Amino acid sequence: MKNSKINYIKNSSLLALFLLFNVSCDRDLSEDATLSTYSKNGEVFIDAFSAGLGYGAFGGSKYSAFTVDSEVKYAGTSSMRFDVPSVGDPDGAYAGGVFIDGSGRNLTDFDALTFWVKASHAATLNEVGFGTDFGLNKYKVAFQNVPIDTNWKKIIIPIPDASKLIQEKGMFWYSEGPENGLGYTFWIDNVRYEKLGTIAHGQASIMNGNTASETTFVGVTSQVDGVIATFNMPNGINQYITISPAYLNFISSNPAVATVNSSGVITSLSAGTTIITATINGTPTTGSLTINCAGVFTHSPVPTLNQANVISIFSNAYTNVPVNYYNGYWAPWQTTLSNDFSVQGDNVLNYTVFNFVGIEFSSPTINATSMTHFHLDAFIPGTIAPGRQLRVIVVDFGADGVYGGGDDTRHSTTFTAPFLVSQNWMSIEIPFSAMPNLISRSHLAQIILEGGDNSVIYADNIYFHN
Amino acid sequence: MRFKFLKIYTILFTTGFFVVGCSTDEKQKVTTMTQLVMQDEFDTAGAPNNALWSYNIGTGSNGWGNNELEYYTNRPQNIKVEDGMLKITAIRELYMGSGYTSARIHSMGKFEQKHGRFEARIKMPYGKGLWPAFWLLGANSNTVSWPQCGEVDIMEYLGSNPTSIFGTLHGPGYSGANAITKNYTLSNNRFDTDFHIFGIEWGEDYINYYVDDVLYNQITPAKVPGEWVFNQPFYIILNLAVGGNYPGSPNSETVFPQTMLIDYVRVYQ
Repeated sequence: MKNSKINYIKNSSLLALFLLFNVSCDRDLSEDATLSTYSKNGEVFIDAFSAGLGYGAFGGSKYSAFTVDSEVKYAGTSSMRFDVPSVGDPDGAYAGGVFIDGSGRNLTDFDALTFWVKASHAATLNEVGFGTDFGLNKYKVAFQNVPIDTNWKKIIIPIPDASKLIQEKGMFWYSEGPENGLGYTFWIDNVRYEKLGTIAHGQASIMNGNTASETTFVGVTSQVDGVIATFNMPNGINQYITISPAYLNFISSNPAVATVNSSGVITSLSAGTTIITATINGTPTTGSLTINCAGVFTHSPVPTLNQANVISIFSNAYTNVPVNYYNGYWAPWQTTLSNDFSVQGDNVLNYTVFNFVGIEFSSPTINATSMTHFHLDAFIPGTIAPGRQLRVIVVDFGADGVYGGGDDTRHSTTFTAPFLVSQNWMSIEIPFSAMPNLISRSHLAQIILEGGDNSVIYADNIYFHN
Repeated sequence: MRFKFLKIYTILFTTGFFVVGCSTDEKQKVTTMTQLVMQDEFDTAGAPNNALWSYNIGTGSNGWGNNELEYYTNRPQNIKVEDGMLKITAIRELYMGSGYTSARIHSMGKFEQKHGRFEARIKMPYGKGLWPAFWLLGANSNTVSWPQCGEVDIMEYLGSNPTSIFGTLHGPGYSGANAITKNYTLSNNRFDTDFHIFGIEWGEDYINYYVDDVLYNQITPAKVPGEWVFNQPFYIILNLAVGGNYPGSPNSETVFPQTMLIDYVRVYQ
């Protein structure tokens, strides 16, 4: 049971504290240097930091969570101790960090990371793994929701494809929040890479095993994700781990339409269809991603107003104000999903399965009393059915600045054919004078689009102006 | 693989067989009988050689006495010789009222022998519910009831435990849950990722069990709490069972189809 979901990737870029890194000074490599010179040491922490190892805590975590403990240990003289904070601990919301060898190690001779773990209370360890290095995290592996208890037990995390790890820096990482709001302590000992020989039948899926598809344009990049791998462990149990796409090998069935690189990044090149599939250690994965490239993208009209005349919610032409979200996924009736894309530096909001969607910018709300209009560019790639509406609702949260409270007001403006057209950008301009139901515009907080028919709509250049 | 010997030398000194490092599968100093009297190398593609093998078809009674879930067929998708191997494949499908199909062959009436060295080189399937076996039954099994006829399980394996196999002896007074059994576990390897050799060397008053070049058990009349019924001819059975009392049913994680690969069966005197 977890009360908080930690997204450590976001945190890693915010790293505030970073303990000593034993990165050797930058020497010029000799002419004779080869990749094979990276250390093949498999030991990470037996009774102390192995040679070259350093520790860094994730931003937002309790930096003092990790200590070396000589009282409690599985074997030898000491273990690694992790004190998970309780909810509300001013020192940090969770325990998390990375053990890195700054020079990188060659792990190609191993097939698993293993360690022993016990806890002060039975708990579910959010995430442990390897392959995170405060850099690209190219070969990240996460073993999630690991049950631990008051007895030492051995955890085995398979290496999906060790041949890729010729210079891996991320030796070990962990991230754990409070259990039912309460902190506790767990210990990890004898962390090492091993060649077990007892892990077999690796399989993987991309796109979470689904036959996914995506509409793109020339120049759009897409990402293979939802990569889950399973390995049959020595005890016969299949163990699931979340792995970086870079552990897989990708192929595009039609490279003229789109290419895919070693990290699963797909670049659309021309109109047409291609299917992206993958293999792990030569075994085909389940799942695929079909790229339907619609050709050259029709960009929205470039705004011409000066920044001083605009309060921008979403536009590459302006500095945007803080926005809580561009899709609130409002339960239970919303079907709209977001599959936003960027074409040659032009970001576009791409709402799929669109029925309605809300954009919120309430922290802080916008005071648009000096503005006169609301602007939105919209593009509907599909056909416009008879009677189709597009309703644009501007919401003000009122004097209390928060949703509800009896002082919220809103105005809905309906657009229909012939203004509504397919395959062309529609520039929507609504003067506040035409929004009589919007009593105030000093605490604007939401834009809501309604009237979708579960097809696709793009939106761009959303701003207030005078 | 040499260091495996260290784990088992405690039982070796009781047998008098001392294993000295052999580096390939072919060298087996755990065995003494070298006169080849029968071999099937499975080199002729198609159905198994019917001069040597017969099929058991169907579900037997009560799933071959074990509540097994498979229906045994002689269809090529369940059993065939191909690529120099006998392939017995368990399939998840509805067939003749069963949820799985597989195959089982035996040599009753075609090859039966008293004493000798019986061995096969096999690569296992994996997954919960898979239960392959290489075993012998007394040639009188149709006239004398089990376990009086005797049963020598040279190799049994559960797909849910890919690092271990079992060698077991069933006879009157020591059958089923009370059989004389011992398991052998690989320390840095599995039985479903490569071929391994499973055999017995069987004499007047002993049966020695070995895997590859490791002798891991010896059973003698003194070790069985009943009659020693192993001084008569026995025949060979190869099968891949699915489910039943011993392995339990396959679960959602069990991948089908699963194939048991037999590289050869050889019998020596």
